[in-house]
Amino acid sequence: LHVIMIARGKNASDLFPAVVKNVACKNIEVKKLVYVYLVRYAEEQQDLALLSISTFQRGLKDPNQLIRASALRVLSSIRVTIIVPIMMLAIKEAASDMSPYVRKTAAHAIPKLYSLDPEQKDQLIEVIEKLLADKTTLVAGSVVMAFEEVCPERIDLIHKNYRKLCNLLIDVEEWGQVVIINMLTRYARTQFLNPNINVSPLIERCVYSALAKRKPYVMDPDHRLLLRNTKPLLQSRNAAVVMAVAQLYFHLAPKAEVGVIAKALVRLMRSHSEVQYVVLQNVATMTIKRRGMFEPYLKSFYIRSTDPTQIKILKLEVLTNLANETNISTILREFQTYIKSMDKDFVAATIQAIGRCATNIGEVRDTCLNGLVQLLSNRDELVVAESVVVIKKLLQMQPEQHSDIIKHMAKLTDNIQVPMARASILWLIGEYCEHVPKIAPDVLRKMAKSFTNEEDIVKLQILNLAAKLYLTNSKQTKLLTQYVLNLAKYDQNYDIRDRARFIRQLIVPTDKSGALSKYAKKLFLALKPAPVLESPFKDRDHFQLGSLSHLLNAKAGGYQELPDWPESAPDPSVRNVEVKDSVRAGGTVTLRGRAPGGQACGHCSSSSGEEQKRNRKVVKERRSGSESESEEESESESSESESESEEESESDTDIKKKKKSINLFIFSSSVDPTPSPQVTPVNNFLSSSLVADLEGLSLTDTVLTIAPSSSVRMYELLHRITGEGLAVEYCFSRQPFSPDPHMVAVQIQFTNNTSSETKSLHIEDPKLQSGMRIKEFPEIELLPAGESVNVVMGIDFCDSTQAANFQLCTHTRKFFVSIQPPVGELMVPAFLTENEFKKEQGQLMGMNEISEKLNLGEKCQSDHAIVERVTAKANLSRVPCGSEKENRFAGKTVSSGSLVLVTVARKEGGGAQLTVNCEKMVIGTMLVKDILQALTQ
Amino acid sequence: MIHSLFLINNSGDIFLEKHWKSVISRSVCDYFFEAQEKAGEPDNVPPVIRTPHHYLINIYREKIFFVSVIQTEVPPLFVIEFLHRVAEMFQDYFGECSEVTIKDNLVIVYELLEEMLDNGFPLATESNILKEMIKPPTILRSMVNTITGSSNLGATLPTGQLSTIPWRRADVKYTNNEAYFDVVEEIDAILDKSGTTVFAEIQGVIDACVKLSGMPDLTLSFMNPRLLDDVSFHPCVRFKRWESERVLSFIPPDGNFRLMSYHVNAQNLVAIPVYVKQNISFFESGSSGRLDITVGPKQTMGKTVECVLVTIHMPKVVLSANLTATQGTYTYDPVTKILVWDIGKLNQQKLPNLKGSLSLQSGAPKPEENPSLNIDLKIQQLAISGLKVNRLDMYVEKYKPFKGVKYVTKAGKFQVRT
Repeated sequence: LHVIMIARGKNASDLFPAVVKNVACKNIEVKKLVYVYLVRYAEEQQDLALLSISTFQRGLKDPNQLIRASALRVLSSIRVTIIVPIMMLAIKEAASDMSPYVRKTAAHAIPKLYSLDPEQKDQLIEVIEKLLADKTTLVAGSVVMAFEEVCPERIDLIHKNYRKLCNLLIDVEEWGQVVIINMLTRYARTQFLNPNINVSPLIERCVYSALAKRKPYVMDPDHRLLLRNTKPLLQSRNAAVVMAVAQLYFHLAPKAEVGVIAKALVRLMRSHSEVQYVVLQNVATMTIKRRGMFEPYLKSFYIRSTDPTQIKILKLEVLTNLANETNISTILREFQTYIKSMDKDFVAATIQAIGRCATNIGEVRDTCLNGLVQLLSNRDELVVAESVVVIKKLLQMQPEQHSDIIKHMAKLTDNIQVPMARASILWLIGEYCEHVPKIAPDVLRKMAKSFTNEEDIVKLQILNLAAKLYLTNSKQTKLLTQYVLNLAKYDQNYDIRDRARFIRQLIVPTDKSGALSKYAKKLFLALKPAPVLESPFKDRDHFQLGSLSHLLNAKAGGYQELPDWPESAPDPSVRNVEVKDSVRAGGTVTLRGRAPGGQACGHCSSSSGEEQKRNRKVVKERRSGSESESEEESESESSESESESEEESESDTDIKKKKKSINLFIFSSSVDPTPSPQVTPVNNFLSSSLVADLEGLSLTDTVLTIAPSSSVRMYELLHRITGEGLAVEYCFSRQPFSPDPHMVAVQIQFTNNTSSETKSLHIEDPKLQSGMRIKEFPEIELLPAGESVNVVMGIDFCDSTQAANFQLCTHTRKFFVSIQPPVGELMVPAFLTENEFKKEQGQLMGMNEISEKLNLGEKCQSDHAIVERVTAKANLSRVPCGSEKENRFAGKTVSSGSLVLVTVARKEGGGAQLTVNCEKMVIGTMLVKDILQALTQ
Repeated sequence: MIHSLFLINNSGDIFLEKHWKSVISRSVCDYFFEAQEKAGEPDNVPPVIRTPHHYLINIYREKIFFVSVIQTEVPPLFVIEFLHRVAEMFQDYFGECSEVTIKDNLVIVYELLEEMLDNGFPLATESNILKEMIKPPTILRSMVNTITGSSNLGATLPTGQLSTIPWRRADVKYTNNEAYFDVVEEIDAILDKSGTTVFAEIQGVIDACVKLSGMPDLTLSFMNPRLLDDVSFHPCVRFKRWESERVLSFIPPDGNFRLMSYHVNAQNLVAIPVYVKQNISFFESGSSGRLDITVGPKQTMGKTVECVLVTIHMPKVVLSANLTATQGTYTYDPVTKILVWDIGKLNQQKLPNLKGSLSLQSGAPKPEENPSLNIDLKIQQLAISGLKVNRLDMYVEKYKPFKGVKYVTKAGKFQVRT
């Protein structure tokens, strides 16, 4: 086969025509191999390659999605410029293909086409934009990769898809995760505020601190979403994913939260040595900024004699960075064992590490110095040389106390041959010749003798030494200096000749010597600042961690700079997906017929008057809920036919009865959202009296949200007009409420739209039905103008949909508000297996089972849509199911823990049967209504 | 992303090349050879090498260098992780990943590489998906293939790529349904001269071999999940359930896979199963040295310690060793300077001892450092951390599978300094 020749790198291009003929062959293996061949040689034989194009074009129309995909894949891999228009067309078509797999292939094809013809960029960006809006996990990774390659600067394309990407992330395949996380890191840097503004005064930018003083930092919920959704990925088996999350946390998380990544990174150190190498490089950078994070794992960086040298040196770097007053003694003891290693490069690095510890930690400087001096008697020359160099640096910090060491080192010049070490000793003696006045001239004498045989750097230092001695002790050394200068004058190296000439002019007084020679002493014997021993990893963190550029400490091609935090946050509303809708979760889609992804909507709290009107009827629901004494009764009635209840509402004149019927009406109207004629009188009847004080509450039941995992819908608690500038919204976060598991967690967001600050926000005077309980949020002491703050409170609704009423107080005003839960929020997911589900279902028959036939709405024919709609409506979890036609969900009510089981069985022709099994019949009935409504729309 | 891949053997032959974008001349590997020469040991070759126009990211596995060529910024771990995945895939397909097997199965290798990357970006890296498209070679199949002229390329289309659980293929059928789990723990430790523990930790993995029909949904629970400090999972494990209930709930891949790896809480003191008494000394005069090592069981929880092996990397000046072992055999390789003492089972009554003299190169100075000892050992039926599987439940499918859990403790990087 030709493939073998390609693999071996031989040129098989002569056979091209013969091979291309086989393209139309039926046998799949031959076909595949021909593809391989074609892709490899098409560039060289363009004309012939064109022969095969028609085959692929036919493939693109194939009914089988996999054949369509592979045809596109090969077609786009053929690097022949003439077919660019054909490719463009194919990609565009595939991007709107039914099959997500074909769309994924289209995303893969984009960078291929871009590299072939960059002029197509604009068109390709359009395709990318379209694919970014895709909601399947299969496509997400590939399209972000295409985005990074074609148009990484178009950060604006991400806004609308940000929340969706965050939510999908955990289900994307691992390679896609890496790409998405890296991209989101950059995105977050441009869109959110630095979470460490308040915490770290280290940030030099005065602008920051000024900002910090003015208003306290509140993390954007989207920023939080990203951090929360990436955290589980630290547990990935893929090292690249872990690293990607680690760098995201390092670059984006508040200081207090970064610590979680340390454990995961230390785990990676168990992996292959190449992985270790990369991880250690990154850890080394991190340890400089955030030392505390890795301190508990100090011992994991201890070095084994079997580690490869490059790993040893990196570990050493990390250990050095981690050293502080408390652990230095342990670290130094470790270093002592390392010095005895057979690996000399490693020993040299250890000595330097000791030097750095000594400079950084004053307390151990003397200990280190003594240790290093002992090393001077080591038999290995490299060790001695390295010690000399390090000692020189250390001595420079406090030379006065260590003249004996200098003397000791002077003696070493007889033995040490390593040029760098010799040069260091000479420099030391020259610099501190006053401390060793007797030895210095002697050393110079010896050096003068061997001058011609020395290395260049040593020669330069001899010249220096001579010059310094001449200035301090000219009596003894005048002749020697002259001699050395003369030798240097005829040296082969021009640097040395230049230096000699320069020194002679400066120090030897002649009649011609200018003004400079007067200052010779100052020039040579000026106090020199001690060198700072720094980690080579310092400041490397301006490269995005985990990137190739960071590893090389140089910009690699195509590297995207990690932007600095913005000084003030850009408008967060650009990420809102809907127009004018107060839906906050990612990936939401409105069913109200509004175009998703239109213009950026205003602030969530500014819901329009139109919406309020629609909400009024919902308000009544609340009222009826709180007043009707027998909720139970009305619920059971509501399960009767809709028309009956509607008729009843019209005929009945008793007000009380009427209110009850309103409740029924709400349910019926929610099944059929178009207002029916009967509605009008009821609407008028109540809206006039109630709207005034209850305007704040809105339950926009007509809005349906679809979100893949955590769809959170915001409800209005207090409108900003009613609240005199204070807008309050709430949502059911579906998180467990930790202080009391029987309570439903309600997240409340206060937004201060006034120009002055609001003080002491708290709850007062709750009016609750018997059995209901409230756990108030801690009082908010201060809410500055224009800020928002989120708090969580817990409410035990006793498994009923009755409202919890209370007063919301500020320092000036009190507002009556109430929270009424949709029935779907009264439960928490329960994880059952199929067998458990069936068993439980068997026990909840008869009265506890409510079944309803329905016709599925156009948009929810698929499993996926059904699952999304049901879970959006009710906080349930999915139960695995053997049959394809069925979807099962399970949950437990929050207060009493009664099981709620939901089954949706699809039938032919869009029909379906919905069954709810629940001990609490009221809950069951209401849930059936809600889900029915969700599925039929 | 990944531009090209070269496979290079230890003697520097490029025996396979594959390009996912335009062709890059193999002369780019010269930079790699240069770095390799500079590094000496294969372990010391820097994983990332910079050349004027490209970056070379390489890994070394099974005596083969996998050298990939990169042109633009990409997370290096991304590439490294992928290359390891390629090596593992070869191992999975051909039983071992060596030059010979790769050359023998060149066509399959080529097909695999073609499917794993598209334009340099990973496409299908799950072995289950790949096996659906490209059948692994077996003796029987290759015989049938040569006779009938058919191929080992699956005629079916890879539906697994479309599913939400890409790691499992549909329609798995077995006559014997079985699920085996191996809990393997490794002790990483550094002991100092006097035998005190400088550093010790336990790392464990749970490897599974699951051969079950249909789409089983498994739940594995532990008696003491609190022991597990840091975990990483196969993508099939539902992380949310782990977070809330500390059980592993998953639809398993078909065949062998690593379910999870974990790290045992560092606060728990690690039991060190053996102790080592050693005395290695070199004499200044006479160019000789003495060696005396005794190994004995320490905290073994009543189990036998098996497969004990002591490896010592001797200093360069040691020419030969003249030793006597009371148990097991020893070998000394004068070229690599590695002394291996294979002890076998540890006997409580009679402690194994290795004693004798070492002869050094005459005239050379005595080595300053005593070589450290690396110890290998194995304890069957024991997870040294005390981790225990509580139960395994299967849902969705009706049949009764055979279940089994095995525990093994091994020495990981277990080093005694001298």
